[in-house]
Amino acid sequence: MQDVAASLALGAQLVAAGDARLLAIIALSLEVSVTATLFSCFLGMPIGSVLSVGRFAGRRTLIVLFNGFMGLPPVVVGLIVYLLLSRAGPLGRFGLLFTPTAMVIAQTVLVTPIIAALTRQVIEGEWREHREQLRSLGASRLRAGRTLLWNARFSLTTTALAGFGRAIAEVGTVMIVGGNIDGVTRVMTTTIALETSKGDLPLALALGAILIAIVLAINAAAYAFKQWAERRWG
Amino acid sequence: MEHWLELDGLGLTEGDVRIVENVTLKIGCSSTAILGPNGAGKSTLLRLMHGLLHSSAGRIAWPRPLRQAMVFQRPIMLRATVLANIEYGLRLRGHPSAEQRRRALAALDRVGLPELALRQARRCSGGEQQRIALARAWALEPQVLFLDEPTASLDPASSREVERIIHEIVAAGTKIVMTTHNLGQARRLAEEVVYLEGGRLLEQTPVADFFTLPQTLAARDFIREEVG
Repeated sequence: MQDVAASLALGAQLVAAGDARLLAIIALSLEVSVTATLFSCFLGMPIGSVLSVGRFAGRRTLIVLFNGFMGLPPVVVGLIVYLLLSRAGPLGRFGLLFTPTAMVIAQTVLVTPIIAALTRQVIEGEWREHREQLRSLGASRLRAGRTLLWNARFSLTTTALAGFGRAIAEVGTVMIVGGNIDGVTRVMTTTIALETSKGDLPLALALGAILIAIVLAINAAAYAFKQWAERRWG
Repeated sequence: MEHWLELDGLGLTEGDVRIVENVTLKIGCSSTAILGPNGAGKSTLLRLMHGLLHSSAGRIAWPRPLRQAMVFQRPIMLRATVLANIEYGLRLRGHPSAEQRRRALAALDRVGLPELALRQARRCSGGEQQRIALARAWALEPQVLFLDEPTASLDPASSREVERIIHEIVAAGTKIVMTTHNLGQARRLAEEVVYLEGGRLLEQTPVADFFTLPQTLAARDFIREEVG
């Protein structure tokens, strides 16, 4: 117990002192996961919308597939992206492996199905409510899907956040495709894993606490925003 | 009178349930009320006419194509201003944005709510939202307007206002077909009554005759029960 207390104190010192190494790790984590989440929203939200309002062969299969992919194991995604990006792989000539770009790609693969599946649930509710009215006004399904994405914009902030939470907290994909290279691809979760295995708990604990604080703060902000938006727009 | 809508043996079956069955009907007058008890298939028939549902039997014929719009029992608004909600339908039909604005404001004026233009539509009261829904439909300048129980979830004052607006829409030359539970409303707004029961058409009668001399026993019972 004393070790933990001492480690927490040391961790607090690191944060208070604004340790450069620590800040660089936090910045890279945020950069990678925010970028990946943005790409995932850009891809996943239209997919989710089409899955809820569309009518095409294979729609049900796709819905089941995306729901299932919500639980993709990060290490497997990491492995697949690793194979794609490795020198011998189809995208090997771009030399992306062990770069932050590779980490963004891997997290995008991981998070897109989550965004798509959650968006589908949100838009399906919207579609039930607005379907007849939109069709009566003459909206095509595609147009209706676009309109409903905009209409559900506040609920979808929660969706984006769920995706970000998954990205920032996962360790498997970034470890495999990033390689946890000090100063280049080391992020909060990979540092925690490494430092813990080395027995250097202060840095690990400090990062763990910061990670939790970031996730909590972003969720709180989003919750407040959604409440405000619902009061304002109804 | 020239017919503008013809239904020929129209039917809709869902599973084993026949919701609308073999309805043959010609509509030629400018305001028609569809009456009948709950579950008679009134709303379904209206949706079939408007094209929101596809029939499983028979056919619908429009002798010449008419611009249509529909107002539902419960107004559904997008998370946007009142004005944006009305403009949305116009935008879908490809009107330039200046005209969208002009027409939306004019429609809002006609339903007596010009001061709500920039309010959030979903923050408006139920009565206001139904009038906004009427403005949204009216802005499209429909030649036929379908109304599904337009006052069923409104208080008496809002109902009167909605009836006034419907009256004006008819006076401006738009044909209406409406379902209603309210016999007084049918009498005030409609020229003829289409009476349904169990998905079947029982009679189509001018409104004055329907209330004094209904052709069928079922309709007579219905009127007696509704009037109480």
